[in-house]
Amino acid sequence: MATTMTETTPPGTEAPAFWDLDPHEHPPGASTMLGFWLYLMSDCLIFAMLFAAWGVYGAAYAGGPTPKELFDLKLVAVNTAMLLLSSITYGFAMISSDEKRQGAVLGWLAATGLFGAAFLAIELYEFSHLLHEGAGPQRSAFLSAFFTLVGTHGLHVTFGLIWLVTLMVQVARRGLEPANLRRLQCLSLFWHFLDVIWIGVFTFVYLLGVMR
Amino acid sequence: MSADTHAAGPGHDAHGHGDHGGAPHGTRRSYLTGFGLSVLLTAIPFALVMGNFIANTQVVIGICMALALVQIVVHMIYFLHMNSKSESGWTLMALIFTIIIVVIALAGTLWVMFHMNLNMMPGMEMPGGM
Repeated sequence: MATTMTETTPPGTEAPAFWDLDPHEHPPGASTMLGFWLYLMSDCLIFAMLFAAWGVYGAAYAGGPTPKELFDLKLVAVNTAMLLLSSITYGFAMISSDEKRQGAVLGWLAATGLFGAAFLAIELYEFSHLLHEGAGPQRSAFLSAFFTLVGTHGLHVTFGLIWLVTLMVQVARRGLEPANLRRLQCLSLFWHFLDVIWIGVFTFVYLLGVMR
Repeated sequence: MSADTHAAGPGHDAHGHGDHGGAPHGTRRSYLTGFGLSVLLTAIPFALVMGNFIANTQVVIGICMALALVQIVVHMIYFLHMNSKSESGWTLMALIFTIIIVVIALAGTLWVMFHMNLNMMPGMEMPGGM
């Protein structure tokens, strides 16, 4: 924080001497966006480590099933579409919040929630399918790395959904006040960030995995 | 880079601290542009892998990775509204720092583990003798 140190208290004045003489306000949440961005960057490092683990163990099948046998790219394509659609609907929610249209915000948030839930449902279906085939995380290092990376992303989406529903209740009850607008912006960053991570997942895990 | 940060400084101060929360927003048009590009950049790699249009796997892998990188940049610009001015350039600084760490961690891990795997192959005779 840049504090002004150019002016010092003139001699003889009774006012207590503070270094920061420039009057300025710090409204609540003034540093929230930067702070939340820094959180996302640290989250990025978690995913980087999980991607590194995938890179190291992605081909360690231990004689078990390979990505080519397990992954259904059509399902992954549908899943990717769900997440991308949820991203654009969240973008429309943000535009509606700029225009102060509360009903539209709630509508677009609901659409985002539905696409997010569809994504999770498809992912859970895929996971249960894999477990059913005996391709659980304990089968091989490849599957351990797969479930950890994709599962962590899915967990993030789950918490994003909980946050989304909570925020919808808050917007419905208290309107588009500054605090809620700030929360909408934070969730916007979070949600789009998860989509960025998914680009890495579908490219490196699914597409490149199938080609191994 | 530093010139950008400086240029953003005075303008930012003139608005006062109340503008801190005001991250740059997109327009409907910019969101749709980002969405269109993302659909294209997702559809191409999926089509290439599922359709087997190119026989050479190395080429397909290269295209997929390149398009993923492009799509990440598209998302950063159109969805996350990254630019050198938001928060006086600190978000971009944090991002650059993170990218450097991620590249070091990823490249380092893959390099070390690849060579370890290579050297720990069972029954492998070390040329120089142990």
